[in-house]
Amino acid sequence: MSRYLLKRIFGALIVMWAVATLVFFMLRAVPGDPLAAMLFDVGDPEAAEILRVKYGLDKPVYVQYGKWISRVLQGDLGNSIYGSRISVSRIVSEALPRTLSLAGLSFVIALSIAVPAGLISAIKRHSSLDHAVTFVAFLGLSMPDFWLGILLIIVFAANLHWLPAIGYAPLSEGFWPWFSHLILPSIAVGTAFSAIVARMIRSSMLEVLSADYINVARSKGLHERRLVLVHAFPNALIPVITVIGIAFALLMAGAVVVENVFAIKGLGRVLIQGILNRDYPVVQGAILVVSAIFVFSNLLVDVLYTVVDPRIRYD
Amino acid sequence: MNDTNVSAITAGDLPVQRDTRSRWWIYLMRDKKAVVGLVILTGLIITAILANVIVPYDPNAMDFDMMESPSLRHPLGTDDLGRDLLSRLIQGTQVSLFVGFSTVSIALVIGGFLGIAAGYYGGWLDNIIMRYIDLQWAFPNFIIAVYLVAVFGAGLMNIIIAVSLAFVDDFARIARGMVLSIKQEQYIAAARTNGASDFRIMWRHILPNASAPLIVQGTVSIAYAILAEASLSFLGLGVEVDTPTWGLILSEARSFISRAWWLGVFPGVAIMITVLSVNFLGDALRDVLDVREAKDIF
Repeated sequence: MSRYLLKRIFGALIVMWAVATLVFFMLRAVPGDPLAAMLFDVGDPEAAEILRVKYGLDKPVYVQYGKWISRVLQGDLGNSIYGSRISVSRIVSEALPRTLSLAGLSFVIALSIAVPAGLISAIKRHSSLDHAVTFVAFLGLSMPDFWLGILLIIVFAANLHWLPAIGYAPLSEGFWPWFSHLILPSIAVGTAFSAIVARMIRSSMLEVLSADYINVARSKGLHERRLVLVHAFPNALIPVITVIGIAFALLMAGAVVVENVFAIKGLGRVLIQGILNRDYPVVQGAILVVSAIFVFSNLLVDVLYTVVDPRIRYD
Repeated sequence: MNDTNVSAITAGDLPVQRDTRSRWWIYLMRDKKAVVGLVILTGLIITAILANVIVPYDPNAMDFDMMESPSLRHPLGTDDLGRDLLSRLIQGTQVSLFVGFSTVSIALVIGGFLGIAAGYYGGWLDNIIMRYIDLQWAFPNFIIAVYLVAVFGAGLMNIIIAVSLAFVDDFARIARGMVLSIKQEQYIAAARTNGASDFRIMWRHILPNASAPLIVQGTVSIAYAILAEASLSFLGLGVEVDTPTWGLILSEARSFISRAWWLGVFPGVAIMITVLSVNFLGDALRDVLDVREAKDIF
């Protein structure tokens, strides 16, 4: 197990290195000098040359790459080329808790809807309730998350005035301010995920409920509720956990868009603003951090998988 | 001589193939979801083709009836510049469907080609291709698309390229998996004994047998591609401002939704109906073609 873990961590680091390298070279391969963007086309070649030397852009690309990688390894992601030239590490570290809060709360809300919905759907198979769950799941999957966010703002913020429409409050300001700002975006982000998990639980439960050991338990006269919750459900969860891993990635992707609806300055908003401003250091930094979250959450899910299902062993 | 042999075999296969093809069509039409999906999708495609003819107003023509709520004159109301929302949504059908179908076609061709080549030849080629595909696989398609737009810049062509490349890994993995199992079949050995070239084997023998999962994945991907384009347009990374796309209309509507709900509601309904019809069709196709390889929409 520990050898497997070491191998996986090593693999994850390789992936991170590959992403960093790809991002570095691709951003430099496209036409359009970052420096030109930085100077907003001031027609002063001398000033441009001075800056070029200052930022080491006169050196060969591989030298720049070596310097950049060694700085990144020390946690230095460079500075934003905008405004007060604030450091990218700081921008990212301020944004990270917001995105993680959003993804985390979405995860909790989505699961608390998906698990009962999926269970009921499986137990009452082919009932009108099951059909309703299926239809809602289809809707949830076909609905753009940012549009759901807009609808929620129209209803709960603009008309009912129950919740704030935009913004974010850190948890340190109290639970309610934090929660009230995040609940609408979390629903917007979590809906598609919820649909996937509900359907997954349904099909997985149906498979388990038709297994022999369930029939044996039932013929022994076991109480139906105990049968479903204690005997069937834990086994039905195993395939669901892999999907949850994939779906956590989906939540992060959703957060990238939905943060922009609710003006939450998380990683997604930082990334998109960086792209719109052609602020390359910020774009690079945000991509690296978002990628790291994906790579390591994949790793975590794989490890979790062995914990939940002892039958799986990696050697 | 060998060639005639092979074509004799494939020619003999054809009637059977046609038979199974018409049979799955019958099964597909028995599925209510598929029928609903197909009807809506056909309607949308016709709308997109005839968009310029059926729009009640010029989608970009401004008028003094600004922010007018839905009425007989403007069935879906007007926006902040007095432009007719229905006309803009009809025009938007073109971009949405065009991006959805073109990106998936490109991704299918590139991904299918990479996957078949990797699976068929194996060895170092397989290694190189799959290292890259695995790298891309670690990230959600939408995030890849955003990364690529960051590199290429915004605009319709760039969005199409970015979204296409973002979906390549799904097709490559499926194609490769199919090739690995088909390669062991006796008819491949038979074709090879007959002297068929590698290309011929891949094109005439492997591809048709690997097509079912690719078709299902293609359908599912169209839904995701349409959502991806809408999201990118919404984020301002999409097409030029004078092209009304659904995502862009929603993005522009953001400042007015408290006063003009129709601007926030109808463009989203358009996206949802389109994606829903594709998802219905994809789900039914998966059942009919009995495909497990394609990435689940659920």
